[in-house]
Amino acid sequence: MVAKRIIPCLDVKDGRTVKGVHFVGLQDVGDAVELGRFYAMSGADELVYLDISATYEGRHTFTSLVERISKEINIPFTVGGGISSMEDAARLLEAGADKISINSAAVYNPGLIDEIAAKYGSQFVVVAIDAKMIDGRWTVTTKGGRVLTDKELFSWAAEAQSRGAGEILFTSMDHDGTKKGYPCETFARLADSLSIPIIASGGAGCVKDIADVLTEGKADAALAASIFHYGEIEIGDLKRQLTAMGIPMAVNKI
Amino acid sequence: MVAVIDYDTGNLRSVCNALGRLGVDFELTADPFVIRKADKVLMPGVGEASSAMLKLRERGLDSVIPTLTQPVLGICLGLQLMCRRSDEGNTPCLSIFDTDVVRMVPDKKKGIKVPHMGWNRITSLKSPLLDGVKEGSYMYFVHSYAASLCDGTIAVSDNGILFSAALHKGNFYGVQFHPEKSGDAGALILKNFIAL
Repeated sequence: MVAKRIIPCLDVKDGRTVKGVHFVGLQDVGDAVELGRFYAMSGADELVYLDISATYEGRHTFTSLVERISKEINIPFTVGGGISSMEDAARLLEAGADKISINSAAVYNPGLIDEIAAKYGSQFVVVAIDAKMIDGRWTVTTKGGRVLTDKELFSWAAEAQSRGAGEILFTSMDHDGTKKGYPCETFARLADSLSIPIIASGGAGCVKDIADVLTEGKADAALAASIFHYGEIEIGDLKRQLTAMGIPMAVNKI
Repeated sequence: MVAVIDYDTGNLRSVCNALGRLGVDFELTADPFVIRKADKVLMPGVGEASSAMLKLRERGLDSVIPTLTQPVLGICLGLQLMCRRSDEGNTPCLSIFDTDVVRMVPDKKKGIKVPHMGWNRITSLKSPLLDGVKEGSYMYFVHSYAASLCDGTIAVSDNGILFSAALHKGNFYGVQFHPEKSGDAGALILKNFIAL
């Protein structure tokens, strides 16, 4: 049986990680490779690097960073942020990314999912969906929740899957940043309606929140940023606690 | 020198980077002459079986690979192509390992998903390739087809069905998981292969 995955998400701006405290033994918390390696050694199952640069130069720097990550880190990693074309996908694949995550571009140009999946395989395409509840309907948003679209979460996720998405990364914009836990019923409904893995993001404040979304919420993976970056939960410790609760976690002892 | 067979199937960068981390001298090549004289041969591969077999044939490698005498390691699709045949595209393969590659079946009730993607345990470990790897270690998998169990199975994994996570016959080895993405445990397997 496949283990449930724990995935730290690192925001990168102009080649540097933008959140994080100084962990013991870590020289430069802003070095995305060093921080990634630290998480890998702590037991992270995968890493997600999100490029939040707004400039051309920033994006260029990110590509060089992806090459370094691929050279130095020995677990899978996904890259996302601003990917809007086949050229972007090709450039990041070439740089060594294992998967790419597309969000707004997929909403505005759903055919991009088909194109990337056909050329590089579904395992390469994660479709990220940010949604918020509006008048009883899970409405898909873009631009970090600022723009509402006409898409609805469940039908959009099903469409993304049928177009060739390999995984769905769902963030509830109503829960993101609140540290009050994930909307587990919504995650469970999503899991029941899809056959591809679901990564839960946004809302984790404690170990129980993560345990809940991986059990009641039926998610395959939990992604978080702040709780890891600020040392509130240590990944190795989290995985030990989840294992003790009977949730299958990959832990290797060498 | 390790020859990494370059037959135009997917990205070889991860495998090359992993060899680079181990300080191993390697060459990406499809040249039968270079492959024959290499100390070790690595056959990675991502993609679809029938088109990958076609690419091997186009380069004359389908007749070269089974006659190699140095240690050869197939990774993921590389392992599958070393079996007798694959359900994927109903493809005759290189017939090095005495087993067939079958499609895995999803089962919602049991939580079995296909593709089999993520970290899973490998058990019943044997062979020097897996020296020092602990029974039940987790490796990183991404695949929809899997080699059935056989006498050459040296590691077993479970995704609804038990399948060969690793195979060994003579100088030929194969791993279904990605050692280059399986953290330190995966790196140890690549190191063992280089030391064979």
